[in-house]
Amino acid sequence: MPVLTETKSNIVRMHEDLARALQKPVHERHWGMVIDLRKCVGCNACTVACKSENGLPPGVAYNVVIEEEIGRFPNVGRRFLPRPCMQCQKPPCVKVCPVNATYRRPDGVVAIDYNVCIGCRYCLTACPYGARTFDFGEFYTAGHTPEVAAYDTAPSFEYGRMHRRDPENLHESPIGNARKCTFCLHRLDKGMLPACVSICIGRARYFGDLNDPYSLVARMAASPRAMRLKEELGTEPSVYYLP
Amino acid sequence: MRKQLWILLIIGLVVLAGGIVGMVDRLRFGLLHVGYGSRIPWALWVVFYIYFIGLSAGAFLISSLVYVFRMKRFEPIGRIAVFTALISLITALLFIWVDLGHMERFLEVFYRPAFHSPLVWIVWLYTIYFFLLLAEAWFLMRRSFAHGASQPSFKGTLYRILALGTKEGSPADAERDMRVVRVLGTIGVPLAIAFHGGTGTVFAVTMARPYWYSGLFPILFLASALASGGALLTAVAAFMIPNGYQRHRDLVLGLGQLLLALLFVEVLMEIAEFLVSLYGTAPAHFVPIHEQLYGPYWWVFWIIGLGLAVGVPMIVLATTGRRNPLAVGVVSLISAVAFLAIRWNIVLPGFALPELPGIENAIVEPHLNYLAVYVPSWMEWLVSAFAVGVGLVLFSLGFGLLPLEGEAVPAEG
Repeated sequence: MPVLTETKSNIVRMHEDLARALQKPVHERHWGMVIDLRKCVGCNACTVACKSENGLPPGVAYNVVIEEEIGRFPNVGRRFLPRPCMQCQKPPCVKVCPVNATYRRPDGVVAIDYNVCIGCRYCLTACPYGARTFDFGEFYTAGHTPEVAAYDTAPSFEYGRMHRRDPENLHESPIGNARKCTFCLHRLDKGMLPACVSICIGRARYFGDLNDPYSLVARMAASPRAMRLKEELGTEPSVYYLP
Repeated sequence: MRKQLWILLIIGLVVLAGGIVGMVDRLRFGLLHVGYGSRIPWALWVVFYIYFIGLSAGAFLISSLVYVFRMKRFEPIGRIAVFTALISLITALLFIWVDLGHMERFLEVFYRPAFHSPLVWIVWLYTIYFFLLLAEAWFLMRRSFAHGASQPSFKGTLYRILALGTKEGSPADAERDMRVVRVLGTIGVPLAIAFHGGTGTVFAVTMARPYWYSGLFPILFLASALASGGALLTAVAAFMIPNGYQRHRDLVLGLGQLLLALLFVEVLMEIAEFLVSLYGTAPAHFVPIHEQLYGPYWWVFWIIGLGLAVGVPMIVLATTGRRNPLAVGVVSLISAVAFLAIRWNIVLPGFALPELPGIENAIVEPHLNYLAVYVPSWMEWLVSAFAVGVGLVLFSLGFGLLPLEGEAVPAEG
């Protein structure tokens, strides 16, 4: 059993939790996230880290930070709500997919098989959180500037596979597919936290195995103030918020 | 071929030829140049798709009046209705096919179906329906094919092939054909209700879009299908049959009154939907309706939808339409085309409200812009022109070459 100390950094603790979870069979894990809204400063580092980690083109965003302004200028306060994929345990997007291209993994992550997805975008209409985007084949520089920037053609390593991106071939997946946050499965497999969690400057994000009562994320999710988005829909998100 | 068929064929070819540019772009660049995005993932092509599927279901259900419910009054339109249903179905499927991000993978719906998705159900039902329509059309026209097979013209050769080696046969054979048609038509009625109600269900099951998420929605789809299909068939009866509105005066007037009743049902459902949604304050229900009435596309609702698709036709059908078949034909044609506006307002308002409040300001990127008003791109319009052109060409060629106005159904008791 891990020793609970006050001095250990949360990041170190979460890495230990992660290593412990990876020892278990995949179906005994339940990857989950807790976001402490009091610690979020709205810097969007998570949004950018996600874009960079997954090599996301324009129009594809797995994470956004929703901002709300309270009061009238200049007497205003601001509130931030980072929104990754909720990795629902009863995902409406999975139910509507006509070809089982998107599915819920045993560890709770909702994944997409890029080589199967027909691109009907039914899942985009079905997601109550706007967490899915479609890859229309946009590039930041290709077609806009004389030189194609390296980051435009840099491959993505989602799902532990290499996905090339070629402005000359707009028919190769994941172009033409629905795309979504994977909790950085490719990083998890290597014992690393999701990019948005690692980068968070306010340490607002907690990640780990909800199915491990000793993990930090499970403790945070058990907090009496933890809530989930649109809980009334019965989607059972794996992302909790501490308001 | 007759004059109106040539006109329709030429219009079809011109529209199709213009649309080829769009199709080339579609095939070369995928969905890069569409006007929609992740915020509005279903747009113009889906509107056209449900429009044509509705026309198909409506036309077929009206053909069942002849072949299942034996209403002799509508007999001259029977074969035409089945043929119209077939062409509308093909056009609809063309639209939904070009809308796929990976067009080459559409067969997956057959070999790795996920039956928890209503989309799979409707595609399978469309497929069954397609073959049923082919079979029904063949049994309806088999004797005419066999009869015309001896002509020394292109038509004769075509009919010889289409007769599939069968002979015209005795009146008993004719009766057998019609029995088969009746059986197929009877199977087709629940099938048409299922696949079009199912198309409504595709929308209705998405709880993320409260505008669609209601039990009324699939029924509303059926009402719209019957009304639009009825309008189209009335127009076809009036204008595609030479002097149809004079030769088949009673038929056109009868279809006109039927259309009036169907439009009434459509309006009733829309009113129910609107009143209930507007009464409360929940934005998820209120905003989509408010957008239709006062949003940037207010004219689609008020002028094309309420005015041309429903209002003017209802007024004319209830007044001069009782006696004047030409007026019935004209307003039916207008209504059939304008029904596209009603289909637009089924799809687009579903996306009026962002999924989470404030997400519209969180990110603005190409194809991911909650703040922009959706305007179909040129490429979308050109591809639409291509698909509609294909439909028009098939329709006019079929009308010119097939025995769609063949002899009446043999009387049976």
